[in-house]
Amino acid sequence: MPEWEPVIGLEIHVQLKTRTKMFCGCENVSGESENTRTCPVCLAHPGTLPVPNKQAIEWTVKLGVALGCEIASRALFHRKNYFYPDLPKGYQISQYDIPLCAGGKFVVPGPDGDRKIGIVRAHLEEDAAKTIHVGGSGGRIAGAEYSLVDFNRGGTPLVEIVSEPDVHSADEARRFLQLLRQTVVELGISDAEMEKGSLRCDANVSVREAGETDFRTKTELKNMNSFKFVADGIEAEIRRQVEIYEAGGEVVQETLHFDPGSGTIAPLRSKEEAHDYRYFPEPDLVPVEPSVEMIAAAMDDIGELPAARIRRLETEVGFDLAEGLVSSGRDRLYERVSGDRRAVANVVMNQLAATGVDPEAVNGTELAKLIAERERIPRAAFTEALERSGDPGFSADDYLGETAISDASELDPVIDKVLAENQAQVETFRAGKEGVLGFLVGQVMKETGGKADARVVNERLREKISS
Amino acid sequence: MIDTLRLTAEQAAGLLESGELSGDELAGTYVEAIGERDPELHAYLHVVGEPGNGVPIALKDNITTRGVPTTAGSRILEGYVPVFDSTVATRVKEAGLPLIGKTNLDEFAMGSSTENSAYGPSRNPWDPERVPGGSSGGTAAAVAGGLAPWGLGSDTGGSIKQPASLCGLVGLRPTYGTVSRYGIVAFASSLDQVGPITKTVRDCARLYATIAGRDACDSTTVELPEAVAVPDAEDLKGIRIGIPKELNEAEGIEPGVSAAVAKAIELAESLGAEVGECRLPRSVDYGLACYYLVAPAEASSNLARYDGVRYGFRAAGDGDLTALYSRTRWEGFGPEPRRRILIGTYALSAGYYDAFYGQAQKVRTVIAQEHAAAFEDYDLLLSPTSPTVAFKVGDKAENPLAMYLSDLLTIPSNMAGLPGLSIPCGLSEGLPVGLQILGPQFSENLMFRAGHALEQAIAFDFVPERLRA
Amino acid sequence: MAITREDVLHVARLARLEIPEGEVDRMRDELGAILEAVGKVAELDLSDVEPTSHPLAVVNEWREDQPRPSLSPEDALANAPDPVEGAFRVPAVGS
Ligand SMILES: [Zn+2]
Repeated sequence: MPEWEPVIGLEIHVQLKTRTKMFCGCENVSGESENTRTCPVCLAHPGTLPVPNKQAIEWTVKLGVALGCEIASRALFHRKNYFYPDLPKGYQISQYDIPLCAGGKFVVPGPDGDRKIGIVRAHLEEDAAKTIHVGGSGGRIAGAEYSLVDFNRGGTPLVEIVSEPDVHSADEARRFLQLLRQTVVELGISDAEMEKGSLRCDANVSVREAGETDFRTKTELKNMNSFKFVADGIEAEIRRQVEIYEAGGEVVQETLHFDPGSGTIAPLRSKEEAHDYRYFPEPDLVPVEPSVEMIAAAMDDIGELPAARIRRLETEVGFDLAEGLVSSGRDRLYERVSGDRRAVANVVMNQLAATGVDPEAVNGTELAKLIAERERIPRAAFTEALERSGDPGFSADDYLGETAISDASELDPVIDKVLAENQAQVETFRAGKEGVLGFLVGQVMKETGGKADARVVNERLREKISS
Repeated sequence: MIDTLRLTAEQAAGLLESGELSGDELAGTYVEAIGERDPELHAYLHVVGEPGNGVPIALKDNITTRGVPTTAGSRILEGYVPVFDSTVATRVKEAGLPLIGKTNLDEFAMGSSTENSAYGPSRNPWDPERVPGGSSGGTAAAVAGGLAPWGLGSDTGGSIKQPASLCGLVGLRPTYGTVSRYGIVAFASSLDQVGPITKTVRDCARLYATIAGRDACDSTTVELPEAVAVPDAEDLKGIRIGIPKELNEAEGIEPGVSAAVAKAIELAESLGAEVGECRLPRSVDYGLACYYLVAPAEASSNLARYDGVRYGFRAAGDGDLTALYSRTRWEGFGPEPRRRILIGTYALSAGYYDAFYGQAQKVRTVIAQEHAAAFEDYDLLLSPTSPTVAFKVGDKAENPLAMYLSDLLTIPSNMAGLPGLSIPCGLSEGLPVGLQILGPQFSENLMFRAGHALEQAIAFDFVPERLRA
Repeated sequence: MAITREDVLHVARLARLEIPEGEVDRMRDELGAILEAVGKVAELDLSDVEPTSHPLAVVNEWREDQPRPSLSPEDALANAPDPVEGAFRVPAVGS
């Protein structure tokens, strides 16, 4: 069997969080009732004209600088012509051959060194309106009786980022996307929430045999709305293509939809004809020439980028935790909490993250006290303290007084009971799979209401099982 | 008793100022005249007869007016009542000029006779068997027929200058970017420009001053480099006037038109202008072809919004969305918009862009360069506005290419974004002949000065002969 | 430049114009004549000439990111051929 190399390029759409839409003064907000954020311009009434939002242009330039792109000295808007009810003018104002940002490199740190993902371009365009399909099943196009169009989102600013096909695994795609998201959020230009659609990702996927230099036919995976689905979808598509080639078949160029429920991939209903967008320069707009001052201001406004912070924290806590902290935006809290670096990183990344407490609301000094004493206080008390750690006026002292049950004579009856009830796990442990110990510790915790001293329970369990 | 056929806007303003007449009386007089003569001329699509204290005005029906139907002469906008005002409508309102009504036009301003209106053609007040020109033929017919003291048209390839010429009026196509296009139903965005159609050059300057200047709603507008000056000089001393050979000797120019223009050129010399010949060879040879690629390409995109979803006509019948779009658009558009949409779509489509649209944009550069060279030697250029006088209704309606030739002389300077003024310079076969005055960008004041001086010397009577009391 | 029946139908599909079957040939003849006339631009060798997409030499026209009032829902839907529950209704997209 040959070895297969996936070749993946990503196309990412980021909704900018400007106050107003791209080409009119309507508010750029979501969740309002239908068609209450519309005007003659974004409803494309006859004779209306676009006037660009300066903030959106400045933010695109800022993003371009952060992605290491060249900023065009003279960029143009083009019209992309096609018919769809969510596109009121019958064309989308977008950018074509001279985008604002082109030719960048985005560094994605990995466990084995940096991966540099080329950025083909980042351009500014307007978003489409929202179409709600009524009738049929589950709001999908297929089988719908009719559609309702809501133009509130129509014409809001959108940045499209296109990567080179430099990504070589589903996991790398996920890491790239997470880091890009974090970068965009830190630049303050977008909420970039995949679930809400303010960050969207399509992937172009192909595979080739190791050593091949040409690209094979690629497919386009559309609309995967979480990081996990991006990874799962790409993984599934890679498998599908490899299976086709190994069975002697050919991959067909098509647009696909990944169904995360079933893990399957199916072709999206294709629009009825080959696209011919008839791009031409938008005559209602004049060229954009970002000034030296605008680019300098963008540079000044960009702090230490996430990729650099991962490399810095990696020396303290290892790659995985460093990447996790930075990609989830938890590293600022991590840096505010003193104490054993790995312990702090672990708590911030795992137990604290599980509580859903906003890391920005946490008092670092109090959290540091709590973490320093975490092995001494009952697990239940520790968990409760973490849950409260974002409350105003939170004090670790309220929880430090509690002590865990560490008296073996008190714990032994419980441990014996757990061992008796879980003979199968005990055998598994004896067979060498020590990972099962965690399960047994958990059972003891459950019996003691979380108050047992985990270290003592660990020791006693080992002793009893091996005796 | 007011003779609306003879009353200029300036005179009307005088009557209002002196209190001889109230605004309501004045507006009422025009509504009466409309009742009397519009059944024959069909200049108006909607009569409003707004009361007010200023000189009333007629607006071409591609100028969006809040609460007043705006159809652009198309069935696809039948029943459309805008919820906003175009910037020029706002400026006209702010200047206190009440709206008399909305005037007829070739559908989406595509045409040179108003015969392409979905609501039937307008007629030339000089001879109702003839067209008033187009596409702003309704405004021209209204002003020449005494149904409005002045009005606004729009000009893409000659749609102000040509009807002004055919109706014996003054028409200004302003420098591109000096008048807002916000709320002007778009035909070809890089060419469309609104401008006045009036009885005198002074009226024209006054109305231009009312509407011109930068608009925050149109990113392609600029502030005027100098304030508009209403002209009063009666000489042309110190002005260098070029006579572009190709614009004056083009095939198809009627002898009577050439003769009237030649007389006007002689007059210009006698008023003190320095007159010489110049050349615009490729502009005239390739201008028309260039225009009929650029304008339809932009139109094909501008007219994509008429899909029966948010406003306007929607075709009846079942079927999916594509069927609804395709039927709505076929039934809603008339023959000329359909033709131009198809040509424009073709010119922009994959594989043809470079040969058609891309090449036309380069020709545009050449045309601009030729004009710039001519204006190194001359301050203004003169030529006929239209190769012919008003033609008969139906004469060219079946032959689009023959109709396109009507704009042969107005198109080249339009492609270069330059202003042009048409003033009447005499009669040929009893019908008005227009003199086209061209200048560099932002030279409106100089064109007004020259136009006014020539107007005084020519002493053309703008009241159609058959209607003179 | 000869334009075929298929070309006409293809362009009409792109432009969403449903040409009745009986009018396709006439349309082809009309478009063919116009395209032949405008094809004249190809006679010029303009390989060194920059295209003009705009007659104005203006750049960087934009507005500040300040909200302006939107239309009332009544006005937004005032001209809609088929308004339903505050939205614009269209037939199913179809195949
Ligand atoms: Zn809006």
